[in-house]
Amino acid sequence: MTFMPTVRAALVATLALTGAVQAAEITGAGATFPFPLYSKWADAYKKETGNGLNYQSIGSGAGIKQIQAKTVTFGASDMPLKEEALKKDGLVQFPMVMGAIVPVVNLEGVKPGELVLDGETLANIYLGKVKKWNDASIKKLNPSLTLPSTNIAVVRRSDGSGTTFNFTDYLTKASPAWAKEVGADTAVEWPVGVGAKGNDGVAGNVGQTKNSIGYVEYAYAKQNKLTYTALVNKAGKTVQPTVASFQAAAANADWANAPGFYQILTDQPGEASWPITAATFILMYAAPTDKTASTEALKFFDWAFEKGDAMAVELDYIPMPATVSDLVRKSWASIKNK
Amino acid sequence: MGRATALPSSFGGCVSDITSHQIQSQSERAAALASFKLADSLFAWLTRLAALCVLALLGAIIISLIIGAWPAIKTYGFDFLTTQRWAPNAKPVPILGGLGPLYGTLVSSIIALLIAVPVGLGIAIFLTELCPQVLRRSVGIAIELLAGIPSIIYGMWGFFVLGPILADTIEPAIADFVEDIPILGTIFAGPASNLSLFNASLVLAIMILPFITAISRDVFNTVPTVLKEAAYGLGCTTWEVVRRVVIPYTRVGVIGAIMLALGRALGETMAVTFVIGNSFRISSSVFAPGTTISAAIASEFAEARDLHQSALILLGLLLFVLTFFVLSGARLMLRHLARQQGV
Repeated sequence: MTFMPTVRAALVATLALTGAVQAAEITGAGATFPFPLYSKWADAYKKETGNGLNYQSIGSGAGIKQIQAKTVTFGASDMPLKEEALKKDGLVQFPMVMGAIVPVVNLEGVKPGELVLDGETLANIYLGKVKKWNDASIKKLNPSLTLPSTNIAVVRRSDGSGTTFNFTDYLTKASPAWAKEVGADTAVEWPVGVGAKGNDGVAGNVGQTKNSIGYVEYAYAKQNKLTYTALVNKAGKTVQPTVASFQAAAANADWANAPGFYQILTDQPGEASWPITAATFILMYAAPTDKTASTEALKFFDWAFEKGDAMAVELDYIPMPATVSDLVRKSWASIKNK
Repeated sequence: MGRATALPSSFGGCVSDITSHQIQSQSERAAALASFKLADSLFAWLTRLAALCVLALLGAIIISLIIGAWPAIKTYGFDFLTTQRWAPNAKPVPILGGLGPLYGTLVSSIIALLIAVPVGLGIAIFLTELCPQVLRRSVGIAIELLAGIPSIIYGMWGFFVLGPILADTIEPAIADFVEDIPILGTIFAGPASNLSLFNASLVLAIMILPFITAISRDVFNTVPTVLKEAAYGLGCTTWEVVRRVVIPYTRVGVIGAIMLALGRALGETMAVTFVIGNSFRISSSVFAPGTTISAAIASEFAEARDLHQSALILLGLLLFVLTFFVLSGARLMLRHLARQQGV
């Protein structure tokens, strides 16, 4: 299996070269989830400093592979790596920004935030156990809505994805049946549904298919003007996907005591918490081969922590609290750029 | 007479010309011949090298596919061909089986052929036998243009236009109509899905149509007019001429066209990935989502690791083998037909 990394390295080298030739660009690759924000940051950073960021939004798994193949300066993943995995590859991991995943539906006459679902019902829809929109379990949560007797068209990801990881992680916590039959991972054995590639693929599919349901990162739901749902959280309260509810969930995270910043933010306690919140992570080498590139990348992240919060909020991401970004900055000491 | 006498004299002049420069020209001739010989052998070697390149490339692709697929072959063996489950997240080892994509690849291609072959041959027959001269050129060019449309365009059309029409009107109508008929009721069972095996098959059918039509039309044009006229002279109808003269005469070419189309249908990736729904589960209904080998690879490869990636490469190897068998099957069939005709 040594030939695949070589092929991949060659491919990425060619792709990266086009960027590298132009200027001292920072190269990164990975998660699609924070891509809208990273590209916005990159734009502003370029205007301010003249240094560009070349970020390829190819998916979390691919991002991890790229950084392992050392073809990029940093990898980005929505699924944090555990401490053992980080140590094995000599990687340093830190959270960059938080966001939320929302279920989206395409139902005639239903406005954004009107339909209420809970974890159990959502799991049963994705297990294929709840097949019709007027199923008793959905009706019970939505007594005032008239729901059609049509089949639910389930849309999910066809590629491996950090968004899927966080979504299935939530379903695993919310439904014992899901935990037993499917579980949580970047790619799972989906019992039902059609697969679409990427957050944009799912958004496109749900927008296109009547009576469908899907899950996307909140920014994608907003940009595509999709009908998101409300969810019942761990405390039993119905919450709308808003920056306030995302922040409420994020506030629970105990970053200081998490080795390698390994934190999964789904199904957090608290009355106002949005149940599917997630952080997205950056992966870098502790002992990078290209020290200048690594320094440049850290400068960019430092700038993003300092000046990027407003832009993050604008796109409905949740900036890291100052205490956390200070922790992250401290952790950069372990990256040997000199 | 004047011509006859003039000829020897001019000939003689020529000969004397040659003799006067004989020694010099002989060595020149040898040199020229040698250089021809060199160029000839160089040319021969270059073409040989080009041909060998193809073989080497083919061998290299097979070898790298086998190396890449080896971990999956070792883990799953022949069970890979009979397992439907595709669970890359199963613990402790992923459970991966290629039955779903294999089934989807074959079924979507077969349905596409079932639709495209009669329609394509129909167009070709119309163009060569029945079409008024004026229309012939424009329809022919339109068909050739169809072949030039990039596959992603077909995919987008299938996704945005065909999918909703199928799912909202055509598929439910078919499902209702055949509901009580035993076998058809299962094949065309609802619920209709925007993205389905049937949608993919239709898109594939449209994509391979120009191949079948263009090649069939060309081979139909090779039928000697005298044969057709003789048949018409005997009182044959157009149908009889097509059935008894044109098709038998061009059988080999038509089969070649169909096989080329099948080859394209088996390997088509982008358009199919758009419209098939990427589900590894095999459903008895063609209105349900499915997947094909190339669609599975396209949508999963970037994120796959270890065994998962190896299993995807194994799928690629299977597609390679499948295409190889289809093409060699076509070759054998053609040879068999040729022998029959020879007797």
